[in-house]
Amino acid sequence: MIVARPKSFEDIKKLIQNHKKVAVMGCGGCVTVRSIGGQKQAEELAALIRLWAKREGKEMVVTEVTLTRQCEPEFIDSMKERVGDWEVVVSLACGVGVQCLAERYPRVKVFPGVDTTFMGATIEAGLYWERCVGCGDCTVAETGGFCPVARCAKNLMNGPCGGSQGGHCEVSPETPCVWQLIYERMEELGIGEELDGIRPPKDWSVRPQRMVMEHLRVEKKET
Amino acid sequence: MTGKNPQAVRAGLKPAPTIPVLTSGSHLERLLREGRFVVTAELGPPRGAERAVVEKKANLLNGYVDAVNITDCQTSVVRMSSIASARILLEMGLEPVVQMTCRDRNRIALQSDLLGAWALGMKNLLCLTGDHPKFGDHPGAKPVFDLDSIHLLHMLKTMREEKKMLSGTPLEGEPRFFLGAAENPFADPFAFRSRRLAKKITAGAEFIQTQIVYNVDKFARWMEEVREKGLHKRAFILAGVAPLKSAGMAKYMKKNVPGMDVPDTIISRLEQKKGGSTAGRLEGIEVCIEIIEKLRQIEGLAGIHIMAIEWEEVVAQLVERAGLLPRPQGRG
Repeated sequence: MIVARPKSFEDIKKLIQNHKKVAVMGCGGCVTVRSIGGQKQAEELAALIRLWAKREGKEMVVTEVTLTRQCEPEFIDSMKERVGDWEVVVSLACGVGVQCLAERYPRVKVFPGVDTTFMGATIEAGLYWERCVGCGDCTVAETGGFCPVARCAKNLMNGPCGGSQGGHCEVSPETPCVWQLIYERMEELGIGEELDGIRPPKDWSVRPQRMVMEHLRVEKKET
Repeated sequence: MTGKNPQAVRAGLKPAPTIPVLTSGSHLERLLREGRFVVTAELGPPRGAERAVVEKKANLLNGYVDAVNITDCQTSVVRMSSIASARILLEMGLEPVVQMTCRDRNRIALQSDLLGAWALGMKNLLCLTGDHPKFGDHPGAKPVFDLDSIHLLHMLKTMREEKKMLSGTPLEGEPRFFLGAAENPFADPFAFRSRRLAKKITAGAEFIQTQIVYNVDKFARWMEEVREKGLHKRAFILAGVAPLKSAGMAKYMKKNVPGMDVPDTIISRLEQKKGGSTAGRLEGIEVCIEIIEKLRQIEGLAGIHIMAIEWEEVVAQLVERAGLLPRPQGRG
């Protein structure tokens, strides 16, 4: 799931300070699950902006609204009657949602209210960790189920490097060396000798990537 | 475009054919193949454009070592390029070992720069993955790591023996570098280190320069594994050494340099030495000479590599007192 962190209120103030009609738009997808950009957070941010505007003597109308998902056309379209009321939308969705809004509604300024950080997992409540970079060429079958592209600081295909120490990465002692994990797992599985082969350079696919699922497109045309 | 068939690519790299002897014209390669115990040292280029700094450091090493490694922005700090600095050494009559990391260049730039290095007369190449930019003076730099050191070795070996680029494009003149790699016997998992060394040798490494050795016992255990696998017969192993300047430096390295194993016995020896920084340095040199003497007893070791970081002037003294003079002549 996509993980994001809130931008500071200082940063958000700078984005909106010269506008009078502001909407804060939450997203019911990933950022809700992480308690970063859902309905509750949209309401809180809108309340904070109102308080600040009042204290500063600014005339500012602040609206809050949350879409089920900001990355789906149907949900974005549901705003078309209201978007004319706003100069600025502060989106609490990930970077995908922010851009979907900006593409659909070119006359309104869409600003991000969060910094999208990574695709990750919940390790424990409040602790999320990157697990995938969406490289488009998944090879974790060869590395014991652990991804060295997302989890090795040097994206090594043939690790571990000389900085693996006591199971930790030299770049951050809190980060496990993924090649240590790969080594241990593959030895446990009795397939450790697979690591003695040389894994070739990765094919870094052209970005941005695009995916077409023809059967879904045909169905859509028929309806 | 190539590399677009992931299944074919994943079928694995085939080991390149066995190397013909003495293809590079390297002095270092000739000495190693003759069975001489070689001495190399490291030279760090300046953090600026001053040619005279390279010349001064090179003069300190001239006549005391068989080849000089030129670092490639070590610890991710911007310095004069290793290829440019190596060219200065060639003009002075020294033999450089160009160090090249995968940190700053993708496969296009690596190939391009190394074709140029060969054309400029460089014969020895040390292929490294490189430190993460986080440790350097531009920590926000984008880390490249398109290839790793094993890919880099294999790419250069394929260029030399099949006269092809990584893409398969034929070369108009192939670089025939004597290929080296680094290995850290003190990193984890220890049981995998000699296996990873074997991968580097299969990929193309003909000489190995190790991380600095302070823990000779652990290094000897690693060398046992190297001999059991016969790796010392497939590549020349040079042990890294470096004199410590003080107990403080020893403690700093132990704590902060990843994969650096400094035994407490050495630290306490330096601590007990009274008499200020000069006494500390003299003791550091003594420790280093003793390490070199112990290393020379280890079967299968082909030489030493001195990494006197920003202390190049100590190399002559170390080499002389370790009984490694005179160095064989006849370069070029």
